[in-house]
Amino acid sequence: MSAASQETAVSTGRVTRTFIYLVLLLFALYYLLPLYVMVVNSVKPLPEITGGNMMSLPQTFTLEPWLSAWSTAQIGVEPTGLKPYFINSILMVVPAVAISTVLGALNGYVLTKWRFKYDGIVFGLLLFSCFIPFQIVLIPMAVVLGKLGLAGSVPGLVLVHVVYGLGFTTLYYRNYYAAFPTELVRAAMIDGAGFFRIFWRILLPVSGPITVVSVIWQFTNIWNDFLFGVSFGGTRQPMTVALNNLVQSSTGVKEYNVHFAGAILAALPTLLVYIVAGRYFVRGLMAGSVKG
Amino acid sequence: MGFLDIRNVTKAYGNVQVLHEVDIEVEEGEFLVLVGPSGCGKSTLLNMIAGLESITSGDIAIRGRPMNGVHPSKRNIAMVFQSYALYPNMTVAQNITFGLEMHGVPKSERDKALAEVAKLLQIDHLLARKPGQLSGGQRQRVAMGRALVRNPDVFLFDEPLSNLDAKLRVDMRTEIKKLHQKLKTTIVYVTHDQIEAMTLSTRIAVMFKGYVQQLGTPKEIYDQPANLFVATFMGSPAMNILPATVVTENGAAHAEITDAEGAPRRLRFSQQAMAQWAGRKVLLGIRPEAITDPEGADRKSGNIQQLRNRVTVTEPAGSDTFVTMTLSGKDVIARMRADANVVPAQVFDFAINMDKAVAFDPETEARILA
Amino acid sequence: MRQAADADFRTRLQDLLPKLVLAPSFAATLLFVYGFIIFTVVLSFTGSKMLPLYTFVGFENYRKLWALEHWHTALINIAIFASCYIVICTAVGLMLAIFLDQKIRGEGVLRPIYLYPMALSFIVTGTAWKWFLDPGIGLEKTMHLWGWESFSFTWIKDSNMAIYTIVIAAVWQTSGFVMAMFLAGLRGIDNEILKAAQIDGATSFQLYRRIVIPLLRPAFLSAFVILSHLAIKSYDLVIALTGGGPGRATELPATFMYSYTFTRNQMGIGASSAVMMLMAIAAIMIPYLYSELKEKA
Repeated sequence: MSAASQETAVSTGRVTRTFIYLVLLLFALYYLLPLYVMVVNSVKPLPEITGGNMMSLPQTFTLEPWLSAWSTAQIGVEPTGLKPYFINSILMVVPAVAISTVLGALNGYVLTKWRFKYDGIVFGLLLFSCFIPFQIVLIPMAVVLGKLGLAGSVPGLVLVHVVYGLGFTTLYYRNYYAAFPTELVRAAMIDGAGFFRIFWRILLPVSGPITVVSVIWQFTNIWNDFLFGVSFGGTRQPMTVALNNLVQSSTGVKEYNVHFAGAILAALPTLLVYIVAGRYFVRGLMAGSVKG
Repeated sequence: MGFLDIRNVTKAYGNVQVLHEVDIEVEEGEFLVLVGPSGCGKSTLLNMIAGLESITSGDIAIRGRPMNGVHPSKRNIAMVFQSYALYPNMTVAQNITFGLEMHGVPKSERDKALAEVAKLLQIDHLLARKPGQLSGGQRQRVAMGRALVRNPDVFLFDEPLSNLDAKLRVDMRTEIKKLHQKLKTTIVYVTHDQIEAMTLSTRIAVMFKGYVQQLGTPKEIYDQPANLFVATFMGSPAMNILPATVVTENGAAHAEITDAEGAPRRLRFSQQAMAQWAGRKVLLGIRPEAITDPEGADRKSGNIQQLRNRVTVTEPAGSDTFVTMTLSGKDVIARMRADANVVPAQVFDFAINMDKAVAFDPETEARILA
Repeated sequence: MRQAADADFRTRLQDLLPKLVLAPSFAATLLFVYGFIIFTVVLSFTGSKMLPLYTFVGFENYRKLWALEHWHTALINIAIFASCYIVICTAVGLMLAIFLDQKIRGEGVLRPIYLYPMALSFIVTGTAWKWFLDPGIGLEKTMHLWGWESFSFTWIKDSNMAIYTIVIAAVWQTSGFVMAMFLAGLRGIDNEILKAAQIDGATSFQLYRRIVIPLLRPAFLSAFVILSHLAIKSYDLVIALTGGGPGRATELPATFMYSYTFTRNQMGIGASSAVMMLMAIAAIMIPYLYSELKEKA
């Protein structure tokens, strides 16, 4: 969708057009409804939800569920709210995104501009690692993290996310740099710039767009991850795991409004990224799907 | 020993040999053009001189200093690329001085060198702009500026004009030639365009299939092509090639061909030694401009042969008129004065300057040196 | 850029640097991906229970795995889930893309609405749909309150239908993305081809069926590969939406692997189920990646 919208040559009749608009609006409803329900019910007092209609707007507006979800709700056994887990997620996401993006950029640079024998095989191995089902590495990872003393720690989660994000970041930068003229690198070599100087002065200044794509992709993926968080999070679990614990807790009354507020809190960072940089978000998804 | 020595240089990728024992000595101030169709190995050779590709065997030396394995930036060369390879994130001034900066030249000297080059190429007013804001011709000048500012021993040009439109290409060609005459620099220039090769060079190396087919001055290459490939590659329209049989008539060697009606016709060779080939088949090569109307024939030639034949097509091109006829079953193009009175489908008296004709051995495709 | 043996120091360093830079990533991938795969494969042939053991039992774990009722449930579920998910996502994505491509007013508003669920985690998706589909407070209750007393939608509590609620939520999350892929494909089609077909007298329907859809082949292939890969990996959505229930009705291979390995202490069997999952994904991804990379080379 990066290209400017190209007009289709197809013309359609009036009835068909009405039908098309109807279908499109119905689907808009399908996509919006769950979000609407979550937002509306997160600001209702509990009796209004259990006694009333989930579609109706709140009669009594309250931010109580939000405050509760953030700082006092029961997560597992502790009444801490989601706040400490939100911080865990931030502490995990920032270094993991930064490290995997920097390494991906360097890898992409090497794989396109400093090609060597068997570089295709190296790239193929990195690329396939994007698509393994993570179940296949869960047991060894648990063993290794335990041996390294990183089990149940934020650095442990950072390591996991860097390792399994490298394939994607490398893929992004490789495809981007592949389109960058190699003559420029050759010119810089003749001008006397070395490996790092060429990267720093010639490639990096034009890498803005792909860096945004890579950062958004990594941020979304790592923030949204559940499997690694639940497997290796220990006491430093990320937001997704905490939300699931909050929602699935079987003790006491089900505080739907708090669950909804918690779900929105968990979704907020990625949703914000989507709203601010949706164009790059879509480009990242596409680049991750249509390879090469 | 020349200024730039290329001695028995070969290049192989695995088992595929792309360059076979190239041997060229370039003198200081020479303008050497490597010309050939794509895939002939000319760009590979240029990249090897630049140090961008390794040398499989043989030596390259500049000013007697062996260059094998020396880093590109340590060879004191500069290169102008086909795409110009201007750094898109830097201004024109930064682009030009980047190499000096990398070599640790102080700012004041860089600025002085920049000012000189900018004046020489008349790009003073562009210095603050980014490459994206320049026209093709302006980019070309900046790319040359970047090469010039280094004051290198050897300039390398990799098809620098092929991205320009036809008119600009001719202007820039003249510009490059002027620059060479003024600065007397040593240049190795790669192109696939034989007109560029002819107009710019002091010497040409015609390359094909990884071999240097012929190395010589433009005149040598044009008038005495070493083989059929060089003969047909250089010159536009291409040299006419006709199957012919050598016969002797009154002791003089003639080429026997057939005219449009299939009747045998004879053209006397200027070289008497062609008689050694009597009874054998050869390929006769005649350039279009050696076939004219009788009034337009070269008066200095000692051997103009008249040939009456039917005209197929005429193509007036303004300055010349191209006339096509059939000889020995092939289309043959003649280049005539614009006002030559030729009519399609009529018979016409052609004048063929046999002093300029050459003959090739059909087996080896080499020119018969007679 | 290989250099001759007599290269100077700088050239040799420049030759080595790229490999040095790539080395950490490559080593990490070799160890954490390929080394771990081998580790898991080895474990699947051992009698590991709660902790890894190195007593080899041959194919015992695979024999047990294939004899397990749970594994069969998981396989049937993944077959239902994957086929419904892939077919519906592709159909909805293609339809929305074609409709949006008709010079629709408000395309700029609709497109982000279709796409935003992709930004949400499966846990959030599951949470939202869990309550929306809950007969007690969700859609069913709303319909009753609006006066449609006989309306009944209890799939999420029904062991036969619960797997389809996972399809509904998963389609909600991913179909917008498939739409974006097809839309990009549609916009990439040369307009002159469409004009030529119209001059040849093709109706809109024929135009799409005979020309446009065949031209979208690469997008279909990408969508299929991505969706099947997502389906086989599906774990979080099930956990959040149904927790694998009611009973074990929505067990998938991913939830099976996790529970056998970490809660039932049958690591050997868990490892063997992970190996089956890897083999399924490899069977789809390797030919795809191979052909994609080969085209580029």
